[in-house]
Amino acid sequence: MATTTSVRKKSGNTGQLLVNGALLLIVLIWTIPTFALLVSSFRTRFDIQTTGWWTILPHRAWVTVEEFQPRPEVDRDSVMTLSGAQGTFEEFRAGIALDSSKQVLWVGNKRIGKVVVQEKEWTTNLDFTLDNYGQVLAGKTFEIRQPDGSIRTEQADNFVGAFLNSLTVAIPATLIPILIAAFAAYGFAWMRFPGRRTFFVIVVALLVVPLQIALVPILQDYVRLQLNGTYLGIWLAHTGFGLPLATYLLFNYIRGLPRDILESAFIDGASHFTIFIRLILPLSVPALASFAIFQFLWVWNDYLVALIFVGAKPEVQVLTMRLAEMVGSRGNDWHLLTAGAFVSMILPLVVFFSLQRFFVRGLLAGSVKG
Amino acid sequence: MQRVTKEIEKSGGLIEWIASNVSRLLAAIAIPLLTFLGLYSGFFFLRDSNASQGVTALVAIVWGVGGVAALYLVANGFAEQLLNDRWRATVQPFIFIGPAVAILLWYLALPTLRTFWISLQDNNGSQFVGLSNYLAVFTNRNMFTAFRNNILWILFGASSSVIIGLLVAVLADRSRFERLAKSLIFMPMAISMVGAGVIWNMLYEVNPDVGLLNAIYTGLTGNPAIAWKAAATIAPWNNLFLIAVMVWLQTGFAMVLFSAAIKGIPSEIVEAGRMDGATEIQVFFRIMIPYITGTIITVSTTIIIFSLKIFDVVQVMTGGQFGTQVIATQFYREYFTNQNAGSGSAIAIVLLLTVVPVMIYNLRQLSDQEAF
Repeated sequence: MATTTSVRKKSGNTGQLLVNGALLLIVLIWTIPTFALLVSSFRTRFDIQTTGWWTILPHRAWVTVEEFQPRPEVDRDSVMTLSGAQGTFEEFRAGIALDSSKQVLWVGNKRIGKVVVQEKEWTTNLDFTLDNYGQVLAGKTFEIRQPDGSIRTEQADNFVGAFLNSLTVAIPATLIPILIAAFAAYGFAWMRFPGRRTFFVIVVALLVVPLQIALVPILQDYVRLQLNGTYLGIWLAHTGFGLPLATYLLFNYIRGLPRDILESAFIDGASHFTIFIRLILPLSVPALASFAIFQFLWVWNDYLVALIFVGAKPEVQVLTMRLAEMVGSRGNDWHLLTAGAFVSMILPLVVFFSLQRFFVRGLLAGSVKG
Repeated sequence: MQRVTKEIEKSGGLIEWIASNVSRLLAAIAIPLLTFLGLYSGFFFLRDSNASQGVTALVAIVWGVGGVAALYLVANGFAEQLLNDRWRATVQPFIFIGPAVAILLWYLALPTLRTFWISLQDNNGSQFVGLSNYLAVFTNRNMFTAFRNNILWILFGASSSVIIGLLVAVLADRSRFERLAKSLIFMPMAISMVGAGVIWNMLYEVNPDVGLLNAIYTGLTGNPAIAWKAAATIAPWNNLFLIAVMVWLQTGFAMVLFSAAIKGIPSEIVEAGRMDGATEIQVFFRIMIPYITGTIITVSTTIIIFSLKIFDVVQVMTGGQFGTQVIATQFYREYFTNQNAGSGSAIAIVLLLTVVPVMIYNLRQLSDQEAF
């Protein structure tokens, strides 16, 4: 399979142009939504509400070039002539065009308003700020005066806390299933014991079970064991739901390792445990890394499992829940939503772009997740 | 023979053996006890502590990962130090696979049976009602809409992801910018569905100064802006605007698998086709597609499963309102919002039954291909 492609890459200039053009179009469609989010998160609240994020690109817009108070003796109820434009007050309020790139506009009310002359010019809207992030990240409390005079304090959007929670959930929820699955995979691949086949079939069969099916009974158990809203509870849940795939992938990999290495280690008197720690784990790093990235992204981005097992406990809330709650409670505060969303995306994006190779390998190995 | 003599020798010096190993024995009992005590108190510390969040996070991570590792270490040390060879050979495999099997039984195998059992009872779980919850599920209008929507997700979502993914894989294979283009189209895979929901909510926003789609729409047609996700006038096609989010998320996945498959096609076959005068389109349909059929099936089934289980996108973007509910959001609503344990569980079982056939087919494909 080594002698593939590369011949196809040089097939005429028009062909290349067509291919790259089509590709560019798709790539643009795919990246613009994220780009919009990123740009908007740095714009002020006022800018977001009044102008589209695309106004950061050069565009033609009305720019004020002259501004004056009309003389008081001008009769505002009849036709006026101001700066060369002629019209009634209503027409001036809407703006009177002198030519295609100049207009005269009445701003404010009839008595004390002012007249503005605007020209259309190329401009960009590059007024960026970090305030949104400050507001989203800070965990400070606000005092809100209620209509009845009492003062209610409210926690601001504490995304730093949620970020820490996400880390606390995601790191163990990645490492624990890997450890357990690696032990099990080694056991299935290299140990002889009664029921080996049966147990392995059970593990693989559980790949088909969607995790929704488990939520209700596990929640009942958690309520009884008081595991609900604890880190341990959510780690174990992610472990349980990630284990079939992890075991399956690692089994395939570990079984494929050269047999003679292990046999010579056995002859040297090494125990299973030593072989596993000293030989198998180091040799399996590519497979472990693939699954680790897969699981980490999955746990970090998970919403449903967190929603059910963390529930209403704000001090354990993870980023996805925090963000989803924000969508519900202040769906129009785009300056906060965009910043919050980007905070929740930054770590997975970094992991993804730096370790893409392993991630792709994991996907190719079989991406069936219950 | 050798082993027998060894054992006789051993049993002869039993007292001596115990005396010399008494510290080892004590340690073997004390260490597991201490480990369990440590883990137990750690759990309560984490649950009830008021320490600063950073500290708690660090303690939790070390406690959790270290605890699991310690359990293996202790259990294995126990087997290797205290048991003789024959017992060790019997017990040790279960130390290796035991935790995995136990967790899988608790978290997936038993819950399937338990959910089925709950689904046969009424909504308080107090009375056995047979299959009447299922009857209710299949006669409910909301559920009917949910089923229809899941079919829309499969018809439009899965097929678009597969087709666009294949298109990008083929185009990128011929482009000099292959890596960059693939990276960018793959990127949404790293974004949570909640995050994607926010991104696309903004794109669909009614205010044409915020939502790009409405800015284009109002600019081109002069009509007033449309609430794309909620518009009753275009129902059920408002679902397409949610489906687009999944296509955006999943196309990268399809592309990566197709790309690998296309690179696996031996170039001689393609070149031979070209020599015989086949056009590029013929090469694509007559040579490439048949060659990667297996991958196409795997990708399609995986994305179909994904569409059947879709939850986050709908929950975040519309909450299942405006006729956009799907099976998984109906399950959430029945069980957690309406507190109907029986019918909620029945929906979960229905979801399982729809997913299982596709999944089995998918697994069979996967094992045929001998991946990894």
